[in-house]
Amino acid sequence: MKLKSTLLASTMALVPLSALAADKTVGFSQIGSESGWRAAETTVTKQQAEERGIDLKFADAQQKQENQIKAVRSFIAQGVDAILLAPVVATGWDSVLEEAQDAEIPVILLDRTVDAPDDLYMTAVTSDLVHEGEVAGNWLQDEMAGADCRVVELQGTTGSSPAIDRKKGFEMGIEDAPNIEIVRSQTGDFTRAQGKVVMESFLKAEGAENICALYAHNDDMAVGAIQAIKEAGATPGTDIKIVSIDSVPDIHLAMLAGEANATVELTPNMAGPAFDVLEAYWADGTMPPKWIQTESKLYTLEDDNQAIYDNKKSLGY
Amino acid sequence: MMRSPRLPLYITLATFLLAYAICASQYPSMLSTRVIANLLTDNAFLGITAVGMTFVILSGGIDLSVGSVIAFSGVFLAVILRDTSIHPLVAFALLLGITIAFGAAIGSIIHYLEMPPFIVTLAGMFLMRGLAYVLSTDSVPITHEFYDTLQGIYWKAPSGGRFRLIGGIMILCYVVAMLVLHRTRFGQNVYALGGNAATARLMGVPIARTTIGIYAIAGGLAGLAGIVYSIYTSAGYSLSTVGVELDAIAAVVIGGTLLTGGSGFVAGTFLGILIMGLIQTYIVFDGTLSSWWTKIVIGGLLFAFIMLQKALGWATTTRRRPALEFATRS
Repeated sequence: MKLKSTLLASTMALVPLSALAADKTVGFSQIGSESGWRAAETTVTKQQAEERGIDLKFADAQQKQENQIKAVRSFIAQGVDAILLAPVVATGWDSVLEEAQDAEIPVILLDRTVDAPDDLYMTAVTSDLVHEGEVAGNWLQDEMAGADCRVVELQGTTGSSPAIDRKKGFEMGIEDAPNIEIVRSQTGDFTRAQGKVVMESFLKAEGAENICALYAHNDDMAVGAIQAIKEAGATPGTDIKIVSIDSVPDIHLAMLAGEANATVELTPNMAGPAFDVLEAYWADGTMPPKWIQTESKLYTLEDDNQAIYDNKKSLGY
Repeated sequence: MMRSPRLPLYITLATFLLAYAICASQYPSMLSTRVIANLLTDNAFLGITAVGMTFVILSGGIDLSVGSVIAFSGVFLAVILRDTSIHPLVAFALLLGITIAFGAAIGSIIHYLEMPPFIVTLAGMFLMRGLAYVLSTDSVPITHEFYDTLQGIYWKAPSGGRFRLIGGIMILCYVVAMLVLHRTRFGQNVYALGGNAATARLMGVPIARTTIGIYAIAGGLAGLAGIVYSIYTSAGYSLSTVGVELDAIAAVVIGGTLLTGGSGFVAGTFLGILIMGLIQTYIVFDGTLSSWWTKIVIGGLLFAFIMLQKALGWATTTRRRPALEFATRS
């Protein structure tokens, strides 16, 4: 119940009324639609823009940095009022951000950060990726309560900051538990299909009975892995504990069926705080702090997964 | 009859002008120097790759390895500049040496082992992508001050467009390629090889030297494109530029070069690159269309140009037959 009200509250927070943002044009350069979460982020961003009367120009980069740089440059050429950027990789943004600054267009980073001087962008709205991994690691440590555990890890896209940080965070989360050991770790590219393929290779290499838990950097890979575990004749959620990050609807469905154990939420509403910041800036020039952190909430089997599933579905996953 | 080899080029030019006119009528800011500068800067690496691809396709071959070579180049430069203190210019020279040798090796295999270019360059594609991963799986930033200098070289046009160094390098590549193709023996040999390899051999075209030269040029230009890409993003990333070889092939075909070789112009390829860039710009300006429409439109254009080639080929052969008969009779 408490959870329901939190979710409700966060949905309510999505609709602050403001006339200031009307007639403003904002360009949004999205990475792609590689996961359900990202599709939800896109939908929520579009909804948010519509509610506030902002004209949103949306560009899907299809996972390619060159497409994103092109999109940002086109936004600048078009003279938008602000740019939202979800960068596909951390490096290589300096010169295009300088061009935006030169044209006096504020840039807000969504969900990921970049390796560029922080005066080149207005702010970054992200969850703490290390903290997410840590929450997942802590959960596993509590769940195991000292029992030996061989963990396999499905990493995100090689080199991307969520993959690096969620790995680091999880390792921090299990630091105090010498009983927990990561035995295999490979990239599943954040996709369901790759998650399944890589899990199959883990199961072949280690044997299902020698794996006690799976940590996936996102839910989609976990859902793929659940399929692989079932096909290998083991019971996901029981034989192999599954903890992942993002909290997409399908993982709650899997949790309802007892096939997954825990997920750490990455809220798809990154645009809401970003638009709030922009509205404040347009109103009286208020500069936000350089980092706006979103909450990383842990959901387990004890939560009302049916309610969460329904709620999430309506958000457009 | 005399005009037919240039006809596809004119059609490409007309397509480009028409597309630009449509874009500009809907979004007047498409005419700004920013958009023009962006077209050159953002497509520089693809444009340079497409020059090499034009040589290869003119000779009747195909090169699938170039996208991986670009990624390898970026990672190679990033790693070497991070781990050693050698100057970027030395690293550039080293890299161009490697990629030219790689291209030459591919050309040799194709010629001496009589293997189809498709398979050999496919192997090259996996090889180079794999090497890039071995060097580093992470995106490695390049922080050398020489890179800042290179990125800082641009001419700022009145309404804010920045014509950057890398766009200039691309244009230079096209000019040099035009001179090589139309003013040198080697260029003639490329056309001859693509027209008909057997005839070319009878005509005394050095097949081995030409084939190896063509793939060495494609490899070297892909290396140069890698340098440009590393300046563009100031990083090396092994996952970058996946599928760029296909974009380059598309640009060459949209540019009016015959896929079977022997006919086409590097200037057409340049227009092909601009058309593809224009489609992307239009879709971003619109802001509501799915960006996958880029692929759909390019697919449609490709299809149209292939049909055009077929139609032109058919028209020329049917018209040529009486002329040939006349020639043999006399």
